[in-house]
Amino acid sequence: MILDWMYWTKPTAIFFTALFLVLAAMTVWQTLAPSVPRRGFLPLVTTPGTRLFIGIITAIFIHLAWLGLTDLSLWIVFPFAVGWIVLVMIWG
Amino acid sequence: MNKWENNRAWLLTVPVLVIVAFSSIIPLMTVVNYSVQDIFGPGQSLFVGTEMYKNVLRDARLHEALWRQFLFSGLVLLIEIPLGIALALAMPKKGWGVSFSLVVMALPLLIPWNTIGSIWIIFVRPDIGLFGAFVNNVLGIGFDHTARPLDAWITTLLMEIWHWTPLVALLAYAGLRAIPEVYYQAAKIDGASPWATFRYIQLPKMRGVLTIAVLLRFMDSFLIYAEPFVLTGGGPGNSTTFLSIYLVKLALGQFDLGTAGAFSLIYFLIIEILCFVFYQVLKNVGKGTGT
Repeated sequence: MILDWMYWTKPTAIFFTALFLVLAAMTVWQTLAPSVPRRGFLPLVTTPGTRLFIGIITAIFIHLAWLGLTDLSLWIVFPFAVGWIVLVMIWG
Repeated sequence: MNKWENNRAWLLTVPVLVIVAFSSIIPLMTVVNYSVQDIFGPGQSLFVGTEMYKNVLRDARLHEALWRQFLFSGLVLLIEIPLGIALALAMPKKGWGVSFSLVVMALPLLIPWNTIGSIWIIFVRPDIGLFGAFVNNVLGIGFDHTARPLDAWITTLLMEIWHWTPLVALLAYAGLRAIPEVYYQAAKIDGASPWATFRYIQLPKMRGVLTIAVLLRFMDSFLIYAEPFVLTGGGPGNSTTFLSIYLVKLALGQFDLGTAGAFSLIYFLIIEILCFVFYQVLKNVGKGTGT
């Protein structure tokens, strides 16, 4: 197949599809209801896009910390990381 | 009012998006795919999940390389930014000196990076190098960058500062030249001291270019590879093995693509988050003080 050289696996394909769907949804949302920058519990003025960025990056670091510090399954921390993204998106 | 603005101008960004997709996004996605597999050869791979990340995160040598990298980038920023500003302030403002100093300042930037390493190898050699022989024979201080970690660090830092301070100076100079004369006249009328002029006029007005300078210098010094690789090869011991040198050792030396992929992504995330923080901090510096 033409994409063989990229060594796709099912989990990474799901990850990127989800990421692109979220970005597409954010674009549609921004077009329908233009965002207003505001200040939440984060120490800076943010738009939903900035909050999504901060949420995803910190969620990745939460996963990495879990991997580095414990031997437990990643699925335990996954709901907390997703919850953190939602928290940042709403009140951040 | 029409809520739907004409957004067709965005189509003009399509070529850039295509180029970025091929130069950055698709390779990055490939690295993500590598990082969850153990790759033996073309077409032969085994899905290992997060195993590679676990190995990388618990690699003591990687932790050492990371702290070394932070120390190096921190020192580089602490020295290069003030020195660059000082150079820019000292550069002539009119006459033939302007062109002359601009050309002299730009010279180190024009030399290929691996040549810089070679130049400095010769420059600091204790037997024939101008710097090395001077320090060893005239000052009587034993200096050998191939044997002593501290000497290797001093040499690498000096090389980096010599190579890249001109960039900061040129950016700061451009920022200084863009300040209208009326600001200086107003400062003079108020009887402002040179320090006050610098602190309240020049520095705030240079914020934009200094943001770029800090970000560029941070990213470049954090990714530094060619110069220390040629100069010290990461030695003596591991004392100048920075992150990228260690990464190349893993990816090319041991052909450990999965581990190298996981390593690259963590490296990328650290740079991304630090650049975001720097950008936010520098964007907000001085807000609310009327500057």
